[in-house]
Amino acid sequence: MTDLTALGYTAEHEWVKVDGSVATIGITAYAAAQLGDIVYLDLPAEGTELSGGTVVGEIESTKSVGELFAPVDGTVVETNPAVADSPELVNSDPFGEGWLIKVEFTALPTLLTAAEYAALTGE
Amino acid sequence: MTTPTTVSSHDDFSRRHIGTDSAAQRRMLEALGYDDLDALMVAAVPSSIRVDRSLSESLLPPAATEREALAELRALAGRNRVSASYLGLGYYDTVTPAVITRNVLENPSWYTAYTPYQPEISQGRLEALLNFQTMVTDLTGLATANASMLDEGTAAVEGMLLARRASKSASHRFVVDSDAFPQTKALLRARAEAVGIEIVERDLAVEGMEIDGADPDARGAFGVFVQYPGASGRVWDPSPVVAEVHSRQGLAVVAADLLALALLTPPGEHGADVAVGTTQRFGVPMGFGGPHAGYLAVRAGLERQLPGRLVGVSVDADGHPAYRLSLQAREQHIRREKATSNICTAQVLLAVMASMYAVYHGPEGVRAIAQRVADQTAALAAALRAAGYELEHEAFFDTLQLRAPGRAHGLVEHAHGRGILLRAVDADTVAVSLDETTDDVRLLELARVFDAVAGTDAGTGTDARETGIPSKLARTSPFLTHPVFSAHHSETSMMRYLKRLADADYALDRGMIPLGSCTMKLNAASEMEAVSWPEFAGLHPFAPKADVEGSLELIAQLERWLAEVTGYDSVSLQPNAGSQGELAGLLAIRAYHRSRGDEARTVCLIPSSAHGTNAASAVLAGMRVVVVACDELGNVDLGDLRAKIVAHAADLAALMITYPSTHGVYEHEVAEICRLVHEAGGQVYVDGANLNALLGFARFGDFGGDVSHLNLHKTFCIPHGGGGPGVGPVAAKAHLAPFLPGHMFAQEGSHLLADGTPVQHDGGPISAAPYGSPGILPISWAYVRMMGLEGLTRATAAAVLAANYVAARLREHYPVLYTGDNGLVAHECILDLRALTQSTGVTVDDVAKRLVDYGFHAPTMSFPVAGTLMVEPTESEGLAEIDRFVDAMIAIRAEIDAVGAGEWPVADNPLRGAPHTARAVIEGEWAHPYSRETAVYPLRSLVRGKYWPPVRRIDQAYGDRNLVCACPPPEAFE
Repeated sequence: MTDLTALGYTAEHEWVKVDGSVATIGITAYAAAQLGDIVYLDLPAEGTELSGGTVVGEIESTKSVGELFAPVDGTVVETNPAVADSPELVNSDPFGEGWLIKVEFTALPTLLTAAEYAALTGE
Repeated sequence: MTTPTTVSSHDDFSRRHIGTDSAAQRRMLEALGYDDLDALMVAAVPSSIRVDRSLSESLLPPAATEREALAELRALAGRNRVSASYLGLGYYDTVTPAVITRNVLENPSWYTAYTPYQPEISQGRLEALLNFQTMVTDLTGLATANASMLDEGTAAVEGMLLARRASKSASHRFVVDSDAFPQTKALLRARAEAVGIEIVERDLAVEGMEIDGADPDARGAFGVFVQYPGASGRVWDPSPVVAEVHSRQGLAVVAADLLALALLTPPGEHGADVAVGTTQRFGVPMGFGGPHAGYLAVRAGLERQLPGRLVGVSVDADGHPAYRLSLQAREQHIRREKATSNICTAQVLLAVMASMYAVYHGPEGVRAIAQRVADQTAALAAALRAAGYELEHEAFFDTLQLRAPGRAHGLVEHAHGRGILLRAVDADTVAVSLDETTDDVRLLELARVFDAVAGTDAGTGTDARETGIPSKLARTSPFLTHPVFSAHHSETSMMRYLKRLADADYALDRGMIPLGSCTMKLNAASEMEAVSWPEFAGLHPFAPKADVEGSLELIAQLERWLAEVTGYDSVSLQPNAGSQGELAGLLAIRAYHRSRGDEARTVCLIPSSAHGTNAASAVLAGMRVVVVACDELGNVDLGDLRAKIVAHAADLAALMITYPSTHGVYEHEVAEICRLVHEAGGQVYVDGANLNALLGFARFGDFGGDVSHLNLHKTFCIPHGGGGPGVGPVAAKAHLAPFLPGHMFAQEGSHLLADGTPVQHDGGPISAAPYGSPGILPISWAYVRMMGLEGLTRATAAAVLAANYVAARLREHYPVLYTGDNGLVAHECILDLRALTQSTGVTVDDVAKRLVDYGFHAPTMSFPVAGTLMVEPTESEGLAEIDRFVDAMIAIRAEIDAVGAGEWPVADNPLRGAPHTARAVIEGEWAHPYSRETAVYPLRSLVRGKYWPPVRRIDQAYGDRNLVCACPPPEAFE
């Protein structure tokens, strides 16, 4: 079980787990529930340069499309192969097996705490 | 104007069209507290926009009876002359099997159905469309086909746009085969210009796609477009061109003749990424240009780039296979300006016909038809050579291009005199395209035009080796191998297959389809009559003017009538869907601004409540979308509009506004909104989707609209056909009229304004054919002719009465979201389920599917507001049917309350379990907390004559995660 208080959050409903110079990024349970049954992910390929705040991917459910914003500046070092085959992992385990990308970051913005994010979503 | 209330004799059509008689209307008015229809309409429609014209000023003739209207149509038909067409260019005579005409084209079970958004009650046409997709993928040799496009020309445009989306090339250049159909080239050019694509034309068979210029960047192209076989009839191997474009990271789009592909190596085997074309010659009459089903297929990996509808296979709640529309998140209602295309609809009825042609003939039959066309063409070629003619190409399928120096026009003229249509390519060249109907007698007549002797008697033989198909391009791969294409070759079997599929579906012939914003009104039998008359159905779209005078007159009359009732000056009937009408209107606005040197005007303001198609169309017209907020009542936020106008003072091109709004309300400030936009130099586009609430009471042109599209398949009775055909005329004020769609082959480019002055429609084309889909225009013509302005006005009032009656009866059970003056709605009402969902867990899906158990098609779900149902009863439903619907909704509310009260768990109750199939209540143990009777017979009246859905609720996510878009093997259903 992931310790949710150890993660940072963005207002675009992403979570960020920092480990040295690498940030693991996913979307929150709240975002996954809002999207509904996720059926397809369009994620940036390894080696893609990200610039924080820009749209870098798409998360598609049966009835809507969510955009993935880069929360940090940096370079994608890994995308989660499991979610490409089984997009439903993002619904069933958004903070764990449903992670999306790992980024070697050059700059880390100020992220929301778990409490601040909870206040944002009202949950 | 007052609402006419007279009800006349037994042959008055309007009383057949309008479902409520005066006694019923009195009862409904009482429930609403109004004395008469007049009082209701005065209260509902803002006085500021009401028309102030008497009937006598109208151009519309007084209503004709059904008999009279048909006699007039007969007279118009009599002015057409059906010649034997050898004009080709994508339109060929064909033999529609009578079993398909009678059981599909003329069968309301097929033509009155809606787009299959409720898949559980649409399994029949979804299966037919899956057959269509399988037919197209088989014949083209590609992985996935969509459920049809509007026509070949627009499919080519979609292929070009798809190539640009999917290509990694940074180039804006698209290389087009000079031997492509001329109308396709014109359409590609017109559409490319608006979105910044540069078209480069090359004779690809000869030159390849070499582009001049030392700069390597200048040699790039994101795609190439090949016509296969070419317009000249030439058959050549496009593989080198395909390889060349791939080497530049571009995509190859091949427009291929589907019948030719029975004999020729398919585009997929040449490495093509995309194939487009038409399925017209698979048994769909030419109809003077349409409607027909275009097609678009892609190689593996490009599925998500497909525009339009895509049918796929999923499973239902019990794990049984079931069909549904896949990947809907690509579409405009979700992605808006980021959608893959602005096209919402398909040509379902025509796609069903074409797919059934393949089912009926099977692989051997289709191959034999193609072979005979090739043989007859070869026989003609031999005869022409023998008569001394030089043929331009040695390799051909069905089209010959021959040299007749200085005599081409004379030959065409001479042939026309004999009832034969040939095509003059230029003064020295004639083209002849043969088809399925070219039997030996016709072939002899054709040869005689050239003073040649043709036929097997002449010793040309019919040996396959002697056709024009080069052996290295002969098809070797099998097609139509699925058992469905071999199981129904007898008429008895075909009839029963069509009946079985039709029985799986819910169409207007079963009951009400109260879909908000879709206007599922009556498609009267008398309106449909003329559609299959050969004088209308048998015309080639590029036939000479002298052959089509009756159709041109019908078109001119309908144009004038539509202009009159909308307050515009000129109408183009060319757009063959509402989305295309939108695009044509926006392109007219763009061209108008540019003609005045206002190149910078590119911003299109669109209210947040607008249909997503508006935004998608604006992007394709080269505009930038800026969203205007709506207030809590659903109206355009005037403050935000003013701010956005100020912010875009220099670059405002247009505002797109739907009236009445997508929320089904007569917005009060519409005239003021139009004034503000005009003051800032912008044009006002009024989306006519909801015209059914306005006709006879207000006119777009009077309250400020500059241009609108209308949906003849909504307000003017063209049936929805299960998801197409549609017709989306664009109507404009005089200053925009010169920019309406023109066409290089239009028999009449001049259109009369109301005052009788002619105006030339000179904009780029929007459809492949000059008048779009004229084959179905007699439907709308007959409707207007038989209703008259008086009847149309009465129909509007009856539609508004019905919607308000539903709102009034259901208000205490479901809150009605958004109302206008005096708490009234327009022609539809939105039932808000969000609070109920919050408190009970029962969702809008649960209610929609439960309505199936009660014998109804669901209203529109979650548009324009998520978590709501939008109900539009239309004027055609009678009070008994409306009450039956209201009673079902009230009974469902009681079921929701039972869930809320804990009587049934949220996860297991009649709503969540809906819809219930016979199989679900018969097989195995019944382990639910509600009875089987509650499941399938919630009302005793259902015991006799219930509609049984063939599948239970379909798993949407499963189908999108496991994309299968071709026919599953029969074992899947065991």
